[in-house]
Amino acid sequence: MRLQLSPELEAFREEMRTFFTTQVPQEIRDTVAARRHLTKEQYVETQRVLNAAGLAVPHWPVEWGGRDWTPLQRHIWREEMQLASVPEPLAFNASMIGPVIAAFGNQEQKERFLPKTANLDIWWCQGFSEPDAGSDLASLRTTAVRDGDDWVVNGQKTWTTLGQHADWIFCLVRTDPTAEKKQRGISMLVFPMDSPGVTLRPIELIDGGYEVNEVFFEDVRVPAENLIGEENRGWDYAKFLLGNERVGIARVGYTKRLLAEAKEKASEITDGGRPLSEDPRMAARIAELENELVALELTALRVVANSADGKPHPASSVLKLRGSELQQAATELIVDIAGPLSLASFADGGSDIPDWARVATPEYLNYRKVSIYGGSNEVQRTIIAGTILGL
Amino acid sequence: MDFTFDSEQNDLREAVRGLLERAYGDSEQRRKVVANDPGFDEKTWSRLAEMGLLGLPFAEEHGGMGAGPMEVAIVAEEIGRVVAPEPFVEAVVLAGGLIAAVGTDAQKSEILGGLAEGAILPAFAHAEPGTRWSPSASAVTATDDGGTWRLTGVKEPVPHGARADVLVVSAVVDGGTALFLVRAGADGLSRTGYRTHDGGRAANVGLDSTPAELLGDAPGDRTAAVERALAEARIAYSHESVGAMDTALRTTAEYLKTRKQFGVTLNRFQALTFRAADMYVSLELARSTALWASMVQDAGGDVVSAADRARLQTSRAGRHIGKDAIQLHGGIGVTAEYKVGHYTSRLTAIDHLLGDGDWALGRLAASVNSYETVDPLGAPYA
Repeated sequence: MRLQLSPELEAFREEMRTFFTTQVPQEIRDTVAARRHLTKEQYVETQRVLNAAGLAVPHWPVEWGGRDWTPLQRHIWREEMQLASVPEPLAFNASMIGPVIAAFGNQEQKERFLPKTANLDIWWCQGFSEPDAGSDLASLRTTAVRDGDDWVVNGQKTWTTLGQHADWIFCLVRTDPTAEKKQRGISMLVFPMDSPGVTLRPIELIDGGYEVNEVFFEDVRVPAENLIGEENRGWDYAKFLLGNERVGIARVGYTKRLLAEAKEKASEITDGGRPLSEDPRMAARIAELENELVALELTALRVVANSADGKPHPASSVLKLRGSELQQAATELIVDIAGPLSLASFADGGSDIPDWARVATPEYLNYRKVSIYGGSNEVQRTIIAGTILGL
Repeated sequence: MDFTFDSEQNDLREAVRGLLERAYGDSEQRRKVVANDPGFDEKTWSRLAEMGLLGLPFAEEHGGMGAGPMEVAIVAEEIGRVVAPEPFVEAVVLAGGLIAAVGTDAQKSEILGGLAEGAILPAFAHAEPGTRWSPSASAVTATDDGGTWRLTGVKEPVPHGARADVLVVSAVVDGGTALFLVRAGADGLSRTGYRTHDGGRAANVGLDSTPAELLGDAPGDRTAAVERALAEARIAYSHESVGAMDTALRTTAEYLKTRKQFGVTLNRFQALTFRAADMYVSLELARSTALWASMVQDAGGDVVSAADRARLQTSRAGRHIGKDAIQLHGGIGVTAEYKVGHYTSRLTAIDHLLGDGDWALGRLAASVNSYETVDPLGAPYA
């Protein structure tokens, strides 16, 4: 048991902090800090800066740009990125399809896709969920039927995040409708979003933004070589991928910044003749959230420090559940600090209300998603009850 | 940064667990022990002494083992795991900790040496009726009566105050708080012991011009030393709480798997298993915070603030797990014959011995605007 980081890790942390705060364009970091939406170009520019320095895909195999870091180094890398308001490498590329191709793709696929995926030369989107297959993903109905050298894809995906920017999609499709277990008849295909027969329809969310889409497939022809791994093994790859999705999902650094912002803004709002930050109820609410965040950060450190042997620590399931709850609580806190200012969400010119208060409610509403995606919190409770408590 | 115990620490845990399992593995045994004074088992206390646990954190020159906060944490957690009624935290960490911090060499050799051997039981007489968890004394006063210190006033509740062989008493001197030793049988000392709801013991301690020996060699203000000793005891209690919560949850999960209603075992009801999952979340977050607080203590960081954080987290978790453990059992959980309620009662007592969650939150909230973010691996903790 030892609290301090080793001198080597301290130096590593400093190196990350210096890089993120000096090499990523200030304007991009300001946009993230102000919780404004990033343009596609800003995502791409950031990921290329990171990739050039070997900081976009450190968790990949070394021959494809990985760094062979310990779980603790990866944790520090991610936390420092969040604390510096640097947009993280696009999850669909860096955490999802990249590791799947690296682990299960053939050599040709690796050479064809991995360098461009790391550099965000290809923007990937995810074709998993369907209108009738959410938490019960294995019920998906989109089909792929073999026809000569092609697969012919028909069906519909939904919740495809940032699909409007995407060049390619990785898609779970049913290739064996007769399989005894529904998980056994699923394969993973990749194809360009501009393939004939692909239609994208944006979905407006309650925050007024467009970040998710429906994607329709009508007789989309996909060359057989675009099958990732083995036919009918797609479920295994999806599970592998979703395991990666939960890495770093606690987002402690992000919530830490929100709480720092909450303190700052509460000191600027006057309530009953004194700064809102001096209201004992407000101070207690912030202090309690902060303490819960400390507990989560320490649990994340316990998990990463003990998962070096490749097996996830039993407490890792806590991270998604509690991490999402605290992100939501922090966004809610900022809405409450903004109070009446929070109504000006869509004010453009001619309003005296500051930017932070305008984005507060849309973000709060948008962040209802974090306890739903990546395995809803109810799915996490099912995992904890079943796998850990044996219930 | 390293969150793993070394092999010697694992051996210590195994040895303590073995001893305490033999004593209290059967919860009926605990019921019998707490039914009679002094509320714990003197034989088990002697065995803890033989294993060196009662001198664990003290210097070897004073009869101790010279161990650190992580070893204390291990013992406290094992105490909590079986809710052993022996006053490890109260006597060793708190009363002993104060003597180690403030006492003269002679006082340390005598009392800490005696404590380590299981021959002398010290208790900290500090709380005063009507005050809450203050590091200072306010109603008990000390006067210098021609070279003899005399104490007057009432201390209550004093955990294990009736059984204690020596009391460490806090008292007001010149506006500050000084510490004194009062021996059993001193003139003007009255002690009325009673049972607390968790099976422990506490006492009303009356002092009427009672002769006392100054702890340490100068009558300076000891508020800071008391604050620090209380913080270290709060951290130890957070480990005792983690041990108790761990057993409460495991017992509950086992019950859900075996108890049948409506023709099926209770673990078929998601309304119940989801509550158990939430208990697990509370437990692991509390465990992380407790371990961290001991690491802060070990690293020489801000132990008072770390203790407040651990107290807040374990208090919230203790209430959550303690209450839901009973609820998920149903009626049997409210009975004294079944063990799970003993855990809830002990967690409730710990909450009120040295400060509850809201109290700790109040202290944290008072300084929340003085810094931007918390770095648990940085200043002021590491």
